[in-house]
Amino acid sequence: MSTLTVNGVRHTLDIDPATPLLYALRNQLELNGAKFGCGMGQCGACTVLLDGQPVFGCLTPVAACEGRQVRTIEGLGSADKPGKLQASFIKHQAAQCGYCIAGMVMRAQALLEQHPHPSETQIRTHMEPNLCRCGTHMRIIAAIKEVAEGSKP
Amino acid sequence: MNAATIDLRRRAVMQAGALVLGFTLLPRRALAEFNGMGVPPVANKDLAGSLQRTPMLDAWIKIAADGKVTVFTGKVELGTGVRTALLQVAAEQLDVAPAAIHFITGDTSLTPNEGFTAGSHTMADSGTALLNAAAQVRALVVQGAAAQFKLDAATLKTSNGQVIAPDGRMMHYGDAVRAVDLHRAAQVRSPLKPARDYSVIGQSLPRVDIPAKLTGGAAYVQDMRLPGMVHARVVRPPAYGARLLSADARAVARMPGVLKVHVDGNYLAVIASDEWQAVQAMRTLSASARWQRGPALPSPANIHATLRALPSQDIVVEDKKAKTGKAVLTLKHRYTKQYVLHGSIGPSCSVALLEQGDMTVWTHTQGVYPLRAALAELLAMPLDDVRCIHTESAGCYGQNGADDVAADAALLARVLPGRPVRVQLMRDQENQWEPYAPAMSTQLAASLDAEGKICDWQYELWSGSHNERPGNAGKLIPAQLLARPFVPSPSQPMPMPEGGGDRNAIPLYTLPQAKVVNHFLPVTPLRTSAMRSLGAHINLFAIEGMMDDLAAAARTDPVAFRLRHMDDPRAREVMERAATQFGWNQRKRRRDHGFGFAFGQYKNIMAYVALAVEIRVERSTGAVHIVRVTAAVDCGQGVNPDGIRNQVEGGILQSASWTLYEKLQFTPDGITSVDWASYPIMRYSNVPDKVDVVLIDRPGAPFLGVAEAAQGPMAGALGNALADATGKRWFDLPLAGPQLMR
Repeated sequence: MSTLTVNGVRHTLDIDPATPLLYALRNQLELNGAKFGCGMGQCGACTVLLDGQPVFGCLTPVAACEGRQVRTIEGLGSADKPGKLQASFIKHQAAQCGYCIAGMVMRAQALLEQHPHPSETQIRTHMEPNLCRCGTHMRIIAAIKEVAEGSKP
Repeated sequence: MNAATIDLRRRAVMQAGALVLGFTLLPRRALAEFNGMGVPPVANKDLAGSLQRTPMLDAWIKIAADGKVTVFTGKVELGTGVRTALLQVAAEQLDVAPAAIHFITGDTSLTPNEGFTAGSHTMADSGTALLNAAAQVRALVVQGAAAQFKLDAATLKTSNGQVIAPDGRMMHYGDAVRAVDLHRAAQVRSPLKPARDYSVIGQSLPRVDIPAKLTGGAAYVQDMRLPGMVHARVVRPPAYGARLLSADARAVARMPGVLKVHVDGNYLAVIASDEWQAVQAMRTLSASARWQRGPALPSPANIHATLRALPSQDIVVEDKKAKTGKAVLTLKHRYTKQYVLHGSIGPSCSVALLEQGDMTVWTHTQGVYPLRAALAELLAMPLDDVRCIHTESAGCYGQNGADDVAADAALLARVLPGRPVRVQLMRDQENQWEPYAPAMSTQLAASLDAEGKICDWQYELWSGSHNERPGNAGKLIPAQLLARPFVPSPSQPMPMPEGGGDRNAIPLYTLPQAKVVNHFLPVTPLRTSAMRSLGAHINLFAIEGMMDDLAAAARTDPVAFRLRHMDDPRAREVMERAATQFGWNQRKRRRDHGFGFAFGQYKNIMAYVALAVEIRVERSTGAVHIVRVTAAVDCGQGVNPDGIRNQVEGGILQSASWTLYEKLQFTPDGITSVDWASYPIMRYSNVPDKVDVVLIDRPGAPFLGVAEAAQGPMAGALGNALADATGKRWFDLPLAGPQLMR
């Protein structure tokens, strides 16, 4: 038995504790946001937050999440009530195929929680681990930037 | 020199000979051949777009008794936003709100057969069909209402799915068409709403698919969870042509959750109730498998010489002779491009279910109908018993593993009838087995006369196939691995004007004398197929590079030199707009910075793109930094301007990645670009500082495909900027790297 707290809800799962978090999220908890991309922590499509830090869901075993808070894009908002970053991504139409986008949002979320007003250079540096093949980067940067600037006091 | 060339050719032929043998000695000939594009025959060539092949109006638009409108397209959403654009087209001419339309894409049980969603054809094919079908259906709706109102149809208006009479009476479309049969062939002329009255076309309607993708909605085939669904993983051979000697299926069958271990010739797969259990079983099965290696791949170091020495079909696609001025200068260059990976962020995935003799396959193929034909052949099932339903996935950018994994799902669904089987490839499987963009080389000799005008142009290119889509079952990798394997139908060149390797090989510039030859290589060592823009990427890299070299020789500004050779007014306009917006004439020389300009009309028949770039090259590392890009685009009537900008921006960045960084790694033993470390693509640190896209509005003009239009020009502009920055022309892609260190 493994316990997993995801978006504030505690779950008890009958799975091998070595199972990567990504598979538990997608299959046992039926959350679509985190995606399988490479299984090697090279593309970031599976990025979720673990105690506020961005991690690769494909590499992080469920056992490592015991007693910690997992957050996925589902925890940020819904299509009806999107969170700030989600709303900004929608406003900027910052997706093409969109397969990478949940991972992008979660990595950006981690940055903005730690540094609410990053510079564009900081945004680009922070986003480096996540790959996009469609070439949507300019819009993703713009969407993050708008939230970063909009929340300035 | 000559002797060395001959020797090289001889060695290459020998290497290639072994490979040709490896591929042609497969046992069973495929039974049937299919039309490469798999579309129905033309029923009426005077109709618009895909109406030519699917002329019945109710194949495109149905109106239910309650007024609900359903619109159908045989095209599919590949991540370009085209679903939203098609919806806008139908909504505009129907006078129905986009949100009120139920919109169904590629499904062999429901939609027209429009072949493949490829080649930036969707708006021209399906968009044009829907534009005209919707206008005709709206007219029939109005006539139906007029008969019931007993009024002249000309006095009626439509809005929001209602017909409105001058006296204020209203009737919804369902009631209006009660006595109208929409099962009728389209007319040649459509009562189109004039472009000046457009309120939906030309608006940047937010994409209908984006909210779900941003909030964890079920947006992809990967997200499907059918009742009773099981998970499969395949084990692919380590390299082309490898034969299975042994594998410990029995040990794997005892692993937790494993429902089935399936071995058929060189085809191996596991099915488990849980996905992670399937992955673990796949790994164990893979580790236990012993293989006899297949024929060696050629050395990557001299891949272009190897390819040029292969048997070719030599197709002269342009041969224009004229009395021209005497050449005062001739430049001759050779250009090369490596094999390039599609590199979808999500490895291919499919779900299939065999139930009561019917096979249903949820797939992110580019063509549900051609895939259905190939799967029916593979499964020896009647066509009507197989249904392919398009379900989105990560962007494919051409033929990736989508069709192969659909075959995996279908084969494994047959092993476990009644249970939906979901198969996803692993990253290394996608990379090692996908059909790459072909490695290509080209050779160009061009001459200037005393007036500084081009008087002769001689271009040749060598390329393997850019179109290996199904096709017959033998085009699918799983079918080739079975104990009774299927054989791929022979590769065919794609005819001009669209072309394959020769796409955009004929310059749009005015050239009095020109010859262009496509050396099509039907059999090449690596599996290849369509990837965005096909040969246009290297052809425009070569053409636009030569234009700059000739401009320099003529001591003329590169933009002015292009304009001197361009008669097409729309081409001239995008060039002038890009140059003005970029500030081309105000550019200032700075140390290590370079400026480049390029132009292309995609396939010489679709969208016009001109772009200017500024780069900076770091002397110590050879890194290329893109400072800014300005593109001007004319794609006829724009349906969704923001969607077009998104596509062009994406094309610019994607092409920058191909042009600067990408090269498939392989050794004689197999493909070694198995992950993102061994196949690096653009990351945020390589992204341009700024990208501007200027759209030229052409109200009412035909839709011109735009999604792949920026790739070629961006390669050309980067090549030119790099030559400007380094003072030296670079001919071999990818361009960035230690060779640029100074």
